[in-house]
Amino acid sequence: MSMRIEKHVILDVNKKEKLVEIKVDGKTIQAYEGEPILGALLDAGIKINRYTVKKHEPRGLFCGIGQCTDCAMVVDGEANVRTCITPVREGMVIKTQDGLSKGE
Amino acid sequence: MLQKKDVVVVGAGPAGLAASIEAGKAGASVLLVDLNLKAGGQLFKQIHKFFGSSEHRSGTRGFDIGNQLLDEAKEAGVEIWLGSTVIGLFPRMKVVIEKGMDSNKKEVITVQAKKIIIATGASENVIRFKGWTIPGVMGAGAAQTMINVNHVKPGRRVVMLGSGNVGLIVSYQLMQAGCEVVALVEAAPKIGGYAVHAAKIRRAGVPIYMNHTIVEAIPGEDGCVSKVIIAKVDSNFMPISGTEKELEADTVTLAAGLKPSVELSKLMKCECTFNGVFGGSIPLHNESMETSVEGIYVAGDSTGVEEANTALEEGKIAGISAAEALGYLTAEEGNKERTEIWKRLDALRMGPFGERRLAEKNNILEEYRIRVGAPSKEELMEVDDDVDD
Amino acid sequence: MSMINTGFLEYDELAEMQKMPTDERYAKGPVAVIECVQEIPCNPCEAACKLGAIKIGEPITNLPILDGDKCIGCGICVAKCSGLAIFIVNKVYSATTATIAFPYEYSPTPDVGLVVEAVNRRGKMICDGKVVKVMNPLSFDHTPVVTIEIPKEYADEVRSMRRG
Repeated sequence: MSMRIEKHVILDVNKKEKLVEIKVDGKTIQAYEGEPILGALLDAGIKINRYTVKKHEPRGLFCGIGQCTDCAMVVDGEANVRTCITPVREGMVIKTQDGLSKGE
Repeated sequence: MLQKKDVVVVGAGPAGLAASIEAGKAGASVLLVDLNLKAGGQLFKQIHKFFGSSEHRSGTRGFDIGNQLLDEAKEAGVEIWLGSTVIGLFPRMKVVIEKGMDSNKKEVITVQAKKIIIATGASENVIRFKGWTIPGVMGAGAAQTMINVNHVKPGRRVVMLGSGNVGLIVSYQLMQAGCEVVALVEAAPKIGGYAVHAAKIRRAGVPIYMNHTIVEAIPGEDGCVSKVIIAKVDSNFMPISGTEKELEADTVTLAAGLKPSVELSKLMKCECTFNGVFGGSIPLHNESMETSVEGIYVAGDSTGVEEANTALEEGKIAGISAAEALGYLTAEEGNKERTEIWKRLDALRMGPFGERRLAEKNNILEEYRIRVGAPSKEELMEVDDDVDD
Repeated sequence: MSMINTGFLEYDELAEMQKMPTDERYAKGPVAVIECVQEIPCNPCEAACKLGAIKIGEPITNLPILDGDKCIGCGICVAKCSGLAIFIVNKVYSATTATIAFPYEYSPTPDVGLVVEAVNRRGKMICDGKVVKVMNPLSFDHTPVVTIEIPKEYADEVRSMRRG
């Protein structure tokens, strides 16, 4: 079930941006071009972005402004991409980061 | 590659925008840098109507103020780089900026500035309890960004920790977004924020647990938050065994205060001091918002956590003072503006909520005078009548 | 002040801190009830009232004072108050009912005729209410003002409706 805000008294929640497809761990999901990757992930119900190095514990959205790195994932082969401040581009390939994931 | 600018402003929130506008209007070449994709700092997340007076755009929603400021900045000829991080400040006003977000092609550019204004805002405090690292536990600001800027809910059932204005307002905004706020939890016996904000959420049926704290966030099968345990606390804020209560929630938002972001100020070796009322370590500054390092100015929450209104005014002072120091404004013009703005700042810092901050700001100005050694407020505001214009 | 302990005040506590309309004024028709009791620098309500019925003056931390004789209960101040702390109470709407107008910034905005759960300051439902008016002009900047009809005896308690 979508987590998008469908109606709001104050905000205009009708998205005007282009709807595109991106891949997350092999699964295709829809996202709005230009929105932070994390927004699209939350909408698709994906709350875990990475696992820690030593104890393999899950991490997800924490600060939302690019300061804490809990939301870092492997994006288009590059590791440690902060998904809360990185905009979506059509065809992006995103993977849950495992530890330091040197990238593929 | 070395670019030259009169003024580089770090941080495009209300303080940075206001500073850029003033410096730009006076004729200086201004570069405004922010690591976010959108300018406006915290303003774009604020969908409620602001308080204050009509001079402070009271009754206007935060994001509308943000848009107005952006328009004014563009009109003033300010160059704005978004998605760009200031990764270093070097002696003799060199600003090193990494342009481009994480997964884009990054470019490192050094800008030679004559004056630098640091308006980097503040970041959220963290409260640790068992399970605080589990996905679903986040800063209240993060939840606010998701709902008000990205229009997506971070979860469905939220426990809010903290009853300051951030906790109260974000709880209200979460409900506007369609989330359920199952409880607001506050360790102190008193609500920290404005009573009218608390009244709004009580009317909406949100239970407020005073003298309580969160003791655990329990994960479900998916590894994310599924239950939250709260408990009453004693006068030492320690949880009282046996008072635990289990709440069904998938999100915990932490609104336990903010601390000024002072990394850049410290990097430039600005004299700092610790101030509990303002949220932590802050740089000393004078009435022109200049720090102990000549040419480095500060404004907004990074000088002490307050509000958008005060950030805006402080930003104006910094912009005007930097422009004056560069010769774009006369001392007379600068002094006149500063006197007016300080009057407005004093008015904003009135009442039971503001008076502590007013006292502390005066302490900061005094500490600057003692440690850095500078003219007194009276001397600074004096206009030299003997000088011909 | 217990409001800072719990987030709400009972009517008589409010009446101690702010000037509430007199029984005499209530008997004349709709009137603004300003539930703003803390000294905060804030004054949009003063400018909002075109009839000059709300006074704050200087310093702007003063509590707003309502002149019941000038107030006609039009409801503009309800939308303009940033704290959403003003209500229009009409204790003589009919022989048995009163109306309460309050700011309602949740979606969906109710339609006239809808029966809703009327809640008190604690958010507790105390009676049914029927929506009799909804004002949402552009000038209110997305703060719809909803008026509900309720049994007269709850006029000092009802201040909102349960979210749909």
